[in-house]
Amino acid sequence: MSFLRIDDISVEVGGKLILKNFSLNIDRGEVHVLLGPNGAGKTTLIKTLLGFKNYKVLQGHIFFKDQEITELPTNERVKLGIGVLFQHPPEINGVKLSNLLTVCGQKRGNNNHSSTEDVCEDDLAPDLQNLASRLNFTDEYLNRDVNMGFSGGEVKRSEILQMMVLKPDLLLFDEPDSGVDVENVELIAKIMRELLDRDKIPSLQNKSGLIITHLGYILKFLGHITRAHIMMDGTITCSGDPAMIINAIMKNGFESCRQCLACTDGATVFPEVDFSL
Amino acid sequence: MNQDVKSKAQQVLNEAKLKNDDGINLDDYNMGNLGEAEGAYQSESEIPRDIKESMDSVGIDVSAKKSGLYLQSGNKHDLCVSNVKGVELMPIKEALIKYDGTDGKLNLKDYLWKAVAPDKDKYTAEAAIQEITQGYFIYAKKGQKTIFPLQSCLFVNLPGMKQVVHNIIIAEEGSELDIITGCTVHKTAKKALHLGVSEFYVKENARVSFSMVHNWGDDTNVRPRTGIILEDNAQFSNFYIVMSAVKNLQTNPFIQLLGKNSSYYGQTLIYGKGDSYFDTGATAHLIGEGSKAELISRVLAVDNAHIIARGTIIGDGKNVTGHIDCSALILSNNSRVDSIPEISARNPEVTLTHEASVGKIADDHIEYLMSRGLSEDEAINLIVSGFLDVDTSPLPEKLAKETEKIIEMVSASEMG
Repeated sequence: MSFLRIDDISVEVGGKLILKNFSLNIDRGEVHVLLGPNGAGKTTLIKTLLGFKNYKVLQGHIFFKDQEITELPTNERVKLGIGVLFQHPPEINGVKLSNLLTVCGQKRGNNNHSSTEDVCEDDLAPDLQNLASRLNFTDEYLNRDVNMGFSGGEVKRSEILQMMVLKPDLLLFDEPDSGVDVENVELIAKIMRELLDRDKIPSLQNKSGLIITHLGYILKFLGHITRAHIMMDGTITCSGDPAMIINAIMKNGFESCRQCLACTDGATVFPEVDFSL
Repeated sequence: MNQDVKSKAQQVLNEAKLKNDDGINLDDYNMGNLGEAEGAYQSESEIPRDIKESMDSVGIDVSAKKSGLYLQSGNKHDLCVSNVKGVELMPIKEALIKYDGTDGKLNLKDYLWKAVAPDKDKYTAEAAIQEITQGYFIYAKKGQKTIFPLQSCLFVNLPGMKQVVHNIIIAEEGSELDIITGCTVHKTAKKALHLGVSEFYVKENARVSFSMVHNWGDDTNVRPRTGIILEDNAQFSNFYIVMSAVKNLQTNPFIQLLGKNSSYYGQTLIYGKGDSYFDTGATAHLIGEGSKAELISRVLAVDNAHIIARGTIIGDGKNVTGHIDCSALILSNNSRVDSIPEISARNPEVTLTHEASVGKIADDHIEYLMSRGLSEDEAINLIVSGFLDVDTSPLPEKLAKETEKIIEMVSASEMG
């Protein structure tokens, strides 16, 4: 069964066409990585998948779990099991992180989108403090207003903490490693790996993911990546083996990709990105 | 009352009548039950259920632990219970007789109209001319403390009436007072005028916290007139919460920080709905060296409400600091909020700042919360309730909890 199917969508934001005939399939248990230069439309894709107001789908369809979601309100999509880690989430004055996490927990309790083997876990109220301490969050952080005065790393950890509570079936990560120091990248990657079922045997890998990243670094810690895609000017221009594509881009840049020259010597392994993990 | 003061007040009243700039004619209202027998109830248990419910709506829970309770209906007091030695709570008329300056006692007349000017406007003038109708007197003697908050409830019980109240609160040197007060109207008495003069005198090293909840009707006009005088190291925290509709409410407490290192913290929470008109604010005059004031307001406007949120801090003394913070949310197309912070430095060694924001809830905030599974309405509610989540930390722990409880309760009943 197709899990997420994006079928030839074109999307306009503020009168400007950003996504052009964009298509992508992600099956259950697959983790894809999406690469592309700034302004390629990667974040627009995420916001379109969530159904944000200003992201107008002019044509095409989005299906999730065999249901068309193109016109569904954001919260209904989330109820179906889509979760997102934002690159630049807004600061929400007056709403405490602990409060938001509690609401997330309640939402999670109400939704039955979970993969079958998670059912018993649903009965357990998530122990926020426990989860938070795994991310080195103290009570003081939990009592702060969402993202107010958070550092880059704190924003990402707060985002992933919300994912730990929501436990979505499809996780969209928008630059999970940007603005984060090395220690925290490893910490975040470790949790991503868990949320994405990467350490389970393939037949039990029920979670899917789409990771947008600039640096291949975080991928080192995520285990097997199914496929990598290059996005340029609002559409996917190339898809293939993650190691080959990433190494080629690291070496030759996106511009050579435009002429499809980057992969000509892609077999040479870029030393910084070792997928042997 | 001094004849001079009275004739001045009469002059103000006459002039105001000619202008009538706020559209409220004092002659349209009667004095209701003024002069009727005082002290209708002997104890809390005699308070009728409907009145108890009204008291509940402004956070006065008669069953809660308290140091005293004062209940006034219209222009007479119904009940006054005082449980703490060293802290007096009594109807002001009785207090004026008892505290007459004889035998080394306090002379209450020395405190009458000293923090609020009787010729300030037509309302204070009206109160001055009516002389003392009724009100409460709270007096914490030197070094005395309330363990539980004192409660007071001013209740407008008859339609067409004007309630004219005069309260005096004195905290002697080193004393501590926590007061919860609620003012409300009976559901049949919506067309009414509440006029409340309150004078606070907080002496050296004394601390007063005052939480006030108002719950009015859409035909009630409200004119609180408050003056606060703070001596050396005196501290005052003031919480004012109105979440009901009102016809026209205007208030602007005047705080004189005369003493060295005295401090004032004021937080106002207004939820304006229906056709309500609010003009609320506070004016702090920093005179004593090192004194400081913080004026915070949170304003929410829905329906056709018009809210003016003011704040004025005048820095006169050496090394004084002041800050005004006003945030407002507009949740409907027909509502209006004017935020008017004003800071004035009259000494080079002052630090005065202000911040203000007025607007609707940002779309990206709503969408962010929706991406966590909340519906649009749930997202708005969460943001609004967060907006109303006032910082009660300047209050003593017990009163902070109590105030949070009141805000929660009032917002639950007023916002649905």
